[in-house]
Amino acid sequence: MAKKWYGTILAVGALALAASVQAAPPSAAMLANACGGCHGARGVSAGPSMPSLAGQPKAYFIVAMKRFRSGERPSTVMGRLAKGYTDADIEAMAAFFARQKPVPQNGPVDARLVEKGAAIYYKQCKYCHLDNGRLWRQIHQGQDYDKQCRNCHADYGPDTGDETPMIAGQWPKYLKIQMDAFKDGTRKMSKKKAKAMNALSPEDREAVANFYASQTAEVR
Amino acid sequence: MALDRRNFLKLLGAGAASLPLTGHAGDAPPRPGRRVVVIGGGFGGTIAAKYVRMLDPAIEVVLIERNRQHVSCPFSNQVIAGIRQMSDLTIGYDKLAANYGIRILCDEVTAIDPAAREVVTHSGKIGYDRLIISPGIDFRFDEIEGYDPASTPEILPHAWKAGAQTLLLKKQVESMADGGTVIISMPLTPFRCPPGPYERACMIAMYLKKNKPRSKLILLDANPDIVSAGPLFTRAWDTYYKDIIEYLPAKRVTRVDARTKTLFVEGVEGIQGDVVNFVPPQRAGAIAVSSGLVGADRNWCPVKVSTFESTIHNNIHVIGDAAVAGAMPKAGYSANAQAKVCAMNVVALMNGRETMDFAGINVCYSAITEEEDISVAAVYKVAQGNIVAVHDSGGMSPIDFSAARLEHVYAESWLKNILTEMST
Repeated sequence: MAKKWYGTILAVGALALAASVQAAPPSAAMLANACGGCHGARGVSAGPSMPSLAGQPKAYFIVAMKRFRSGERPSTVMGRLAKGYTDADIEAMAAFFARQKPVPQNGPVDARLVEKGAAIYYKQCKYCHLDNGRLWRQIHQGQDYDKQCRNCHADYGPDTGDETPMIAGQWPKYLKIQMDAFKDGTRKMSKKKAKAMNALSPEDREAVANFYASQTAEVR
Repeated sequence: MALDRRNFLKLLGAGAASLPLTGHAGDAPPRPGRRVVVIGGGFGGTIAAKYVRMLDPAIEVVLIERNRQHVSCPFSNQVIAGIRQMSDLTIGYDKLAANYGIRILCDEVTAIDPAAREVVTHSGKIGYDRLIISPGIDFRFDEIEGYDPASTPEILPHAWKAGAQTLLLKKQVESMADGGTVIISMPLTPFRCPPGPYERACMIAMYLKKNKPRSKLILLDANPDIVSAGPLFTRAWDTYYKDIIEYLPAKRVTRVDARTKTLFVEGVEGIQGDVVNFVPPQRAGAIAVSSGLVGADRNWCPVKVSTFESTIHNNIHVIGDAAVAGAMPKAGYSANAQAKVCAMNVVALMNGRETMDFAGINVCYSAITEEEDISVAAVYKVAQGNIVAVHDSGGMSPIDFSAARLEHVYAESWLKNILTEMST
């Protein structure tokens, strides 16, 4: 009798334990939602120095996070945070943000700088950052990656062969911070990018930032 | 009066009744009889309400908040220092309500009846299927001899809830004569915003250095050491405020005399200041305490990991500062992250789906000068049945302040994004 009673307790205990641990691992949405405090809900940023993640190509997000994690891409907070995520977490978040509808920044841009930035863009940026910095999908298909793409993608995606980041519609302040980081060497860049970037004065960089910021992001 | 749907609409007033029932949450109107009530319109409550509606538009959400606007505690130390306006920190609820079809009830909750699943407010009762409370903190005034909850904070402001108290402390610091002494007194942990006291010391010292350079600031910390980002704050004080800030650890104040602005520390004589920013020991917001949601410590609310459901009362979820959330600090960003996970799991439970393990982050910025910020950040997941910081992740800003100017710029966007997420 005593033995039977003991068995019942064990069974009930096991059930209770099963109920308390029965939870699925975090979903992509749960992982990505946590970023919203800084990057805005669904990755649509309302903060001028914080990039929007909504609609950013999956491959670009993955490379950025992994390079934050390794320290290869300099950062303030992102390196510390990226270390908390596995490759699978990063891929899940990347897929989540790639699915979100991009929304262009809604701050003011300087019309004179936009015009100046446009001229610079058409002269030196458009060969890699196609379509005014919007996403591109089909344009490179069928091209020989080594011949056609490596020069542009050397600073971020040579291994993946994937898209350049979506910079159309990003906050100008964020773009300026990143261009300054390329220029002063804290962020690495390809030879081709260096050639274009090193030709730009601080005001040129401000102008290019305003140009990209004035563009709408492509809705996929 | 039992608050059925019709009465509730009446209570909200004719204008509110015409609010759209759904926003981008979807087209299905909420089904009566599936209702989540959220108490508290701060960093946790607004987000919980929004995400429940986003995830399941068929659930009706009522957000009860006693104030018409919310004033952010994060960044309020900059208001005291005169480098930020209160309007930067203030949000309303109209857009959130309209965009997501959340019913906002400006009222105070006086009781929760877990058995009847009802919330009692000044204007009536509201039933719920699940209740999410994010009541923030209140103070344990009764542990401080000589502290009168009504009159003492008007003389010795705590300014640990943003709003009138923030402006009172600012006014006192501004009215103080050059050569005066400001005292900040902090209780033992846990308290809201672990880096807050040390940031406040920086911000007030910055103001004094510029405007009243012969003045002093004494930080009486009940804790044996700086609670958050110690090496960074120590360096900031040494670098910028060496002649102003005096940090005194292990100084727990047990008695106050508001008339003479004197604090009494165990084993030490009374310490008098010209401005005394006395922050009393804390506990979960009053409604959590009076509803029996606090645990054996009588101060904070024990919750189940991931669902944030109270371990004391079923169907009541506690998030934010009031909850015991493993390794997470009591911070606005923590509340934001917890609210999202709680909302996901509340919606799962109400739809008979499997819940998910917690995943989230916390990022806190602290201003050290007018142009420099430092940060603490961490990623949290579930391990061994508790919320823990992921090994080898997170941490503090570089000790040499090499990132401080950039972090100041990013901090500004933190504020903008988190308040936008709460209010739109």
